[in-house]
Amino acid sequence: MTREIIVDREQMRMIKELMEVSFVLLETALYLNTHPNDERALRLHNNTSSQYAQLKEMYQARYGPLTNQGMSRYPWSYINDPWPWDMDFNNV
Amino acid sequence: MWIYEKKLQYPVRVDTTNPRLAAMIIEQFGGADGELSAGIRYLTQRWSMPNNRAIATLNDIGTEELAHWEIIGTLVYKLTKDATIDQVKGTPFEAHYVNHGKGLYTHDASGNPWIAAYYNVKGDPIADLHEDMAAEEKARATYEWLINISDDPGVTDTLRFLREREIVHFQRFGEALRIVQEQLETKKYY
Repeated sequence: MTREIIVDREQMRMIKELMEVSFVLLETALYLNTHPNDERALRLHNNTSSQYAQLKEMYQARYGPLTNQGMSRYPWSYINDPWPWDMDFNNV
Repeated sequence: MWIYEKKLQYPVRVDTTNPRLAAMIIEQFGGADGELSAGIRYLTQRWSMPNNRAIATLNDIGTEELAHWEIIGTLVYKLTKDATIDQVKGTPFEAHYVNHGKGLYTHDASGNPWIAAYYNVKGDPIADLHEDMAAEEKARATYEWLINISDDPGVTDTLRFLREREIVHFQRFGEALRIVQEQLETKKYY
């Protein structure tokens, strides 16, 4: 029993960009946890954080909430495909 | 608390159906030095850490490990979801299949189910951070053995990413250990 998932190329491109920016945020955060006084790293983190918020808003406006705290059009689209493990990153 | 984001940490690509490789990669899903052990270990050790930098390090690396556990599950899922019965027969995945079908389960590559004895909380930050650093090196070694047996370029790419994360985490835990050691040194002069 397998579900048939239709994946939107543009959605995959956007989520991949979101994943890249969120990876930068994780790296700066882990570094800052042990180096809280590094101002340059903090600037990079803050700039990336605002970039992430913008990208996330754009993605969610188009494809529905990334978390169950987000707003949705009717009907509730948080449950829509694709779930992360069904995303196809070949050819993206 | 945690909030789920509907995305993977890394874009997982799998080039071909390969139940044999899936049965080996499941080592990192439910094995001793796998991602579940890592996540539970760091998140559980947080309560007995003596300063905010060490707490934050365990909190955020523990959370990242759960994202890695999801990546490993995704690799196993993608390697097996289109497999026919004939493709499963005769591979090490056959033993998993007769119990779990194509569902995922937390066991190692030899079939042993995940147990809490894979990690410890000593309540002593020096002992616990040393365990964490050793755990990162053991996971790095496991990824190297997996890369050696992988014949799927997409899978190898993801395994390389995960291997690199072990090195970054080892570095951060080393810094947390130094911070805790300095804190304990300073206390002696009171």
